[in-house]
Amino acid sequence: MGMMLVFVLILASFLGFELISKVPAQLHTPLMSGSNAISGITVVGAILSLAGTFVAGGEGVRIVLGTLAVFFATINVVGGYMVTDRMLSMFGSKEDSQ
Amino acid sequence: MIEETAVQMLYVLSAILFIFGLKMLGNAKQARQGNMLSALGMLIAIVSALVSHDVLEWQWIALGMIAGALVGAMAARLVAMTAMPEMVALFNGFGGAASLLVAWSEYHRYTTTGEFMDVSVLSLLIVIVTILIGGATFTGSIVAWGKLSEKLPSKPIQYPGQQFVNLLLVALLVGAAILFAPLRETVNIDSYTLVIATIILACLLGISFVIPIGGGDMPVVISLLNSFSGMAACAAGFVITNNVLIVAGALVGSSGIILTNIMCKSMNRKLSNVLFSGFGSGKSQSGGGFQGEANPVAVDDAYLMLEAASNVLIVPGYGMAVAQAQHAIQELADQLEANGTEVNFAVHPVAGRMPGHMNVLLAEANVPYEQLKEMDDVNPTIETVDVVIVIGANDVVNPAARTDETSPIYGMPVIDVDKAQTVIVMKRSLNPGFAGIDNPLFFNDNTRMLFGDAKQSTQGLVAEFKD
Repeated sequence: MGMMLVFVLILASFLGFELISKVPAQLHTPLMSGSNAISGITVVGAILSLAGTFVAGGEGVRIVLGTLAVFFATINVVGGYMVTDRMLSMFGSKEDSQ
Repeated sequence: MIEETAVQMLYVLSAILFIFGLKMLGNAKQARQGNMLSALGMLIAIVSALVSHDVLEWQWIALGMIAGALVGAMAARLVAMTAMPEMVALFNGFGGAASLLVAWSEYHRYTTTGEFMDVSVLSLLIVIVTILIGGATFTGSIVAWGKLSEKLPSKPIQYPGQQFVNLLLVALLVGAAILFAPLRETVNIDSYTLVIATIILACLLGISFVIPIGGGDMPVVISLLNSFSGMAACAAGFVITNNVLIVAGALVGSSGIILTNIMCKSMNRKLSNVLFSGFGSGKSQSGGGFQGEANPVAVDDAYLMLEAASNVLIVPGYGMAVAQAQHAIQELADQLEANGTEVNFAVHPVAGRMPGHMNVLLAEANVPYEQLKEMDDVNPTIETVDVVIVIGANDVVNPAARTDETSPIYGMPVIDVDKAQTVIVMKRSLNPGFAGIDNPLFFNDNTRMLFGDAKQSTQGLVAEFKD
């Protein structure tokens, strides 16, 4: 299982390199904030950290940590996608605006 | 609860959507749909996670998600376009913090279930690595946010022994990691103390890493931190053995590295040089000032020059963002076009405080993207340009980068505005820019300095055209 995950990591990294190699400069900011939103995927980890049966004793800590993680990651996801969309909605050519 | 296989298939689907989304974000015509696809992928991943387990602390998840969504949506809606760099930095930091918290929570589960001694050394090291990357991304981004929003001085902050402090922090982190994982059974140190120590050290490292870097190098730092937030998510994926975190995190991590590299190339500097040299920290008194006098020009004379020009090139820089002059400059461009003048904008890749900063501002002001030219497109024909207007740009138009080997920016590709027929530089004063580097452009015979607030000067020019 562990090696499988490393395999996935390496392939995905190379894919990331390939995807971004040629991007026009004017799209650098949306690309950055759009990929920033994707890094909010950690929200899935945060949700899963609040899954399962919580046995009594010391579990309050995990609930606090998990809830905070969900909170921060959701800001990252929602804010990231919305701000990227807002930026991209302003990018237009002459024909669009007329 | 749905079947594990179905959940995994949904994760694969969302990974595919992320990949297509990122691909389309690199293409002007499809970028907006690309972002939507990527958001759809995120939605699928979140819903899959929510339905993948019978027992969820759903009320806490709902609380976190609703509060986070509200904060995120408000911030995204209300932020001014000029404040975009610090907004991106802040979101980035929150992503890092979330990854740190996920790893911490997983460690806490090991202790409460008594699994700690049974978990493999590798798994524990991954927990520590996630805390390290997440924590450093969090505080590093907060410092970057502070610098970009001028809550902290944007100048490099340096003190004696800085490199030593950084090395010490790294050494302590490595030491804590070794005590925490491989030596946990032989050394009698409370593992929770080590985790807390790692969190604190990681946060300190993030601060001490970003604090010596100057405002003008922020495009590199932001894209690097963006890459780190992806790596943190990826590491968190290893902690909880989740594929979609690993794939999405790795995509962001590697694409962020590419962008960082593009930024470094645009400054002709190595990443290590950006990170460790404290560029522009006042040690760059090259040339000892330039001979000659600057030629000031008043708004009405500048108007006459523009009125007579048949083509004009506008070169914006960070000063345009500071003066919020993007709308005024677009209005000036409209006036010039109405006057039969060809108008283009030349944008240097590292102008401003984040990659593509100027493009965002000009897009906000409805400058059509056909008019936005990249440096390599304008330089070959710049001799044929009648008038260049430099608005709030400094280092990216500094001819010393070509001619003066002692200049700290020697070798950096610049927009060769000095080769144009006439250059009008809008600037508050003759003071060098943030980096403290002298700019001989201001003293050239074909340069006219239009002193004052860039927005007011531009509005003055527009008013002249309207008369």
